[in-house]
Amino acid sequence: MHLVPVGPHALLAEVPDARAAGALAGWVRRQDVPLDDVVPGARTVLFDGVRDPEGLRRLLEQAPADALIGGDLVDRQPVEVPVRYDGEDLSFVAQQWGTDEAGVVEQHQCLDLVSAFCGFAPGFAYLAGLPDRLAVPRLQTPRPRLRAGAVAIADTWCGVYPSASPGGWRVVGHTDAVMWDVDRDPPALLAPGTRVRFVAR
Amino acid sequence: MSVHVTAHLLVLRAGPQCLVQDRGRPGLAHLGVPRAGALDRPAADLANRLVGNGPDAALLEVLLGGLHLRSTVGVWVALTGAPAPLRVGARSAAHATPTWVPAGETLRLGAPPTGLRSCLAVAGGIDVAPVLGSRSTDTLAGVGPAPVGAGRELPLGVPARPPAPGADTPRGPSRGRLRVDPGPRAGWCGQTAVADLCASSYVVRSESDRVGLRLDGPVLRREARGELPSEGTVLGAVQVPPDGQPVVFLADHPPTGGYPVVAVVRAEDLWQCAQLRPGEAIRFAPA
Repeated sequence: MHLVPVGPHALLAEVPDARAAGALAGWVRRQDVPLDDVVPGARTVLFDGVRDPEGLRRLLEQAPADALIGGDLVDRQPVEVPVRYDGEDLSFVAQQWGTDEAGVVEQHQCLDLVSAFCGFAPGFAYLAGLPDRLAVPRLQTPRPRLRAGAVAIADTWCGVYPSASPGGWRVVGHTDAVMWDVDRDPPALLAPGTRVRFVAR
Repeated sequence: MSVHVTAHLLVLRAGPQCLVQDRGRPGLAHLGVPRAGALDRPAADLANRLVGNGPDAALLEVLLGGLHLRSTVGVWVALTGAPAPLRVGARSAAHATPTWVPAGETLRLGAPPTGLRSCLAVAGGIDVAPVLGSRSTDTLAGVGPAPVGAGRELPLGVPARPPAPGADTPRGPSRGRLRVDPGPRAGWCGQTAVADLCASSYVVRSESDRVGLRLDGPVLRREARGELPSEGTVLGAVQVPPDGQPVVFLADHPPTGGYPVVAVVRAEDLWQCAQLRPGEAIRFAPA
């Protein structure tokens, strides 16, 4: 783990991958460090509004090896997201994956995904766990409007658009599951660290 | 048992932009929620202190004046930040001073001669329903109350304390360089990125908003390193998009980003970014 200061009150930890970032974010949250934000990224965790940056640096330098592994993840029940596989990019993804549309539907449901971080919009979770060989290029030009609940893929990330928005990810289907609800705690259905499976309905 | 009029403000005119702001909603960046909150934090804190509010009370952040409103009850108000001329009925009122607005009297803000954003605090605070722990409007993701428009009724809270005139003096108009620490990806723009940033002045672009102060000046050249995977960003981050023109992240900045952050503006200097007008020049300096 490499630590980089981000101004006087924040620290960026560089880790090998998204799973390690999620694990480290969870581990630090359990240590009750006085700070404002723990923000996992694709290969980093940002600690922001840190009251005692030196103390946090020492804590991270002495963190046990399993702080980056997140062994508790396998014990957690995945959130099941019901999907209608009616996306406009289903055939494109089938071509990329070297299969047919039924093959995409089958393989997509087999993925064991974990929410690595949120970005782009509130509740938009970047779901890690798509193997490199199934990576899919995003659209050259984003579509001006995708519906809320669009289930999509870009590079090795899976995701669900929480609200209608422009989007450059490849859409394989749609869900009625509510990704974002400010009156729910937590408001994001797929908060970082959540295991996720897609299920055809 | 007491019978009283519901205390609220009636907005007659909103001007170019009028938003409810408090100290924002930090702690939700991992869910993709911007922090939001008053852009000129010292001005907001001062306005709240002057009318006897606690630091978490919500107030109105007014861009370039133009706000007209009326209150159903007599209230203390205070205006700080950009010195928009303030009139209550036919009288003009002093900047950064508790001012009594009688029930039914109209308060008018003119255009400030300098600066961009004024803070109008009202005793008791603007008591709209909080969303995720804050009454701030976030202009990036749309979390929080809608921007204030004409005809809007804004409920007022119950004043906790009497106004506190002279509790503080407003800061002077002086502005200085924006002090920066090196950012986590300074190396992406060459060994001398921070020195390069501090070597020239930059002009504020008109696309600047609560998300970021967009600047125009010497290009910060990115060295070819491929794509930066998305990572968390901080308030005051100086991000360099592919065109090489830096953007200073303000309160409504996206919580994660994929462009390198070469420097971070000190929190104490960020209020200046709230007040810089398009076309004005700024300089950075090493902290």
